[in-house]
Amino acid sequence: MSAQSGKNGFELRKDLFADERDDNLNEIGKRIRRQDIEGHVTGRSPFYDDHLFDGLLHIRCVRSPHHHARIRRIDTSRAAGMDGVVRIVTGADVPVNLNTLLSLLDFGLDDEPVLSHAKVAYKGEPVAAVIAATEAQARAAAQAVQVDWEVLPHVLDVEEALKPGAPTVNETYPANAFVYHGKYDHQKLRYGDVDRALAEADHVVEGRYEMSPIEQAPIETCGAIAAQEQNGRYVCYTGTQALFFSLGTASKVLNLPSSRLHFIGGTVGGGFGGKVDSIHEPLAILGTMLTGRPCKSQWDREEEMQVGAPRGAERWYVTDGVMKDGRITARKFTGYFDSGAYTRLSSYAIIKGVGHLPGPYTIPNVYADVYCVYTNRTPATAMRGFGITGVDFAIEAHMDKVAERVGMNPVDLRILNAYRDGDMKAHRRVAKNCALVECCQVAAEKAGVRLSPDPLAATSMTGGGGPRGALPAHTATDENGRVEGFSSGSYAQKDGVSVQPVAASKAPAMATGQRAPGGGSTPPQGVSAPSPAPPAPVPSQPAAKKPARSGAMRFSSLSGFRRR
Amino acid sequence: MAKIPVTFTHNGTDRAAFADPGQNLLEFLRRGLGDLSPKYGCGQGACGACTVTIDGQTQLACLVLAETVQGRDVRTAAGLADGATLDPLQEAFMDHFAAQCGYCTPGMLVSARALLDTNPTPTREEVIEAISGNLCRCTGYEPIIEAILSVAGRRATA
Repeated sequence: MSAQSGKNGFELRKDLFADERDDNLNEIGKRIRRQDIEGHVTGRSPFYDDHLFDGLLHIRCVRSPHHHARIRRIDTSRAAGMDGVVRIVTGADVPVNLNTLLSLLDFGLDDEPVLSHAKVAYKGEPVAAVIAATEAQARAAAQAVQVDWEVLPHVLDVEEALKPGAPTVNETYPANAFVYHGKYDHQKLRYGDVDRALAEADHVVEGRYEMSPIEQAPIETCGAIAAQEQNGRYVCYTGTQALFFSLGTASKVLNLPSSRLHFIGGTVGGGFGGKVDSIHEPLAILGTMLTGRPCKSQWDREEEMQVGAPRGAERWYVTDGVMKDGRITARKFTGYFDSGAYTRLSSYAIIKGVGHLPGPYTIPNVYADVYCVYTNRTPATAMRGFGITGVDFAIEAHMDKVAERVGMNPVDLRILNAYRDGDMKAHRRVAKNCALVECCQVAAEKAGVRLSPDPLAATSMTGGGGPRGALPAHTATDENGRVEGFSSGSYAQKDGVSVQPVAASKAPAMATGQRAPGGGSTPPQGVSAPSPAPPAPVPSQPAAKKPARSGAMRFSSLSGFRRR
Repeated sequence: MAKIPVTFTHNGTDRAAFADPGQNLLEFLRRGLGDLSPKYGCGQGACGACTVTIDGQTQLACLVLAETVQGRDVRTAAGLADGATLDPLQEAFMDHFAAQCGYCTPGMLVSARALLDTNPTPTREEVIEAISGNLCRCTGYEPIIEAILSVAGRRATA
């Protein structure tokens, strides 16, 4: 066995990863100098806030104190006259004040304003930004901005949010659920016939699992500094984890070709997934465009914790069908991701998560309905392994519960059900390079857990494939959760909905024109208060009517155009 | 707004600069002097990223009024190296992979240097205590502790 023992007890079982890369990497356990380490130990690493600009202005946002409220009026007059205040920015100043991060990947409808001017849907949502000479002046003036709120009923629980009559959190998705594939209010996984397998199982084991939101809490808070370069170009120093993603987002919401944006980043003071939301870059650049001076947008620690998007909460219901010998024959999930008030990346996290189901086990019948739910909580975003970590907790907790029910050692149960090379997975890919069996064996040995003879002798490389590698003879499908009024051809539009100009009516005419040709639509902002029933599509303009399966619409950060 | 003249020693060099009333030492060092090694992480004395020493004592620059360093000796991570020659502690951090994102590193180094200056052969527990005010969210504490102990060991046997 070509195992390598390294320092710290690492053992690399390359025999299990035979067809992975064949170069003989053996760095684990060795002391390797990071390429950026000298900058770190000398304090010279250039984090975004380490770029000094004379005359730098500071941006502080005016934020909602309510979970859910309509904005009747924003009065900036007193704040505008305060010491050091250069400019106060509201939603009307943002060229394209509605976006969804994944529109750059043609995934999801624009649903989130940069600065809300119609209503707020979470506590801390920004409605205006004060730009002042010092941070203290910006802070004082932000406090002096008067907002007349009409407080609305709010919903903070995922299952409550899906009930009829719940307040509509996000007007783009009036039923409080992201729409998958233009068709369903949830993401489906159907593999085999779960209901039949549950009926035939010796035991049915149910569980409910819940994870709280988790804040990434980088020591460097999120932020960006923008300044004028030359020839109408702006430089932006940013702590983003996703430089080109942030550039594309800034290009879109500012209606600027990306050739006029010079993004500099890559030195990130801890991200962990929480620095991809591209919030500060557009704001800092907009501030610079409006004032002609360098501007910094930076969260303080309180904002990082309250407003910064966490890993979202999840709730999972898991039902397993198990035979007396411990074989799991069916696994059924209902999952709820708490996306908070807007989509950000939760819709995508679910796609990832559903691809992971039912965990690293070969189960012939798998079913999942997973909902991306809007609530009046802080929007959620990426964090390490997002889409996977929460449901893995549910799955592994449930495995222990199943082991208890059938009276098996939980490690034995895992080895019995673990993927083997050649097995078919529920997302219809053949498993390869499996190593769960071996990991379980090593973990059991180190933990002093005695395994039964069969699990002890098992390997990932034997026992798989054959009938286990075949797709189910029959997969039960359904149309549960079907919704109308959304296009299956592109996420970036609603089918048959009339073309609306950009929500902020003061957007430059060009921006409106650019968004129109593809029939991309923006739902009207600030729809009246009580939650409307799922949308009756607004009559379409004939010219904008799309064929049933239109080609994907693409957003080009170069031209700013949406195009086919 | 009247400015306040402050003369003090910064990493061994005499400096004179003007502070704004109410300005904290962190902003004063970063914006006023251009010493960017102390970092802003919380502004409320919780994270340790802005750790400096004043007359040899570790202090959180975000909680110190700039004007109070008048006549005192302020040292930051930027002053650890002697020209191109790094402090053995910096070398140890490099060799032990004791930084990931690097944002807490300057403050961490200042705390570790202050410990070794007063206690050249600390125990592991004393090292942990000395950096207990410096949060590392990459959670690379173990290599950091190892790096500090390696310098302590070298000094002890020297």
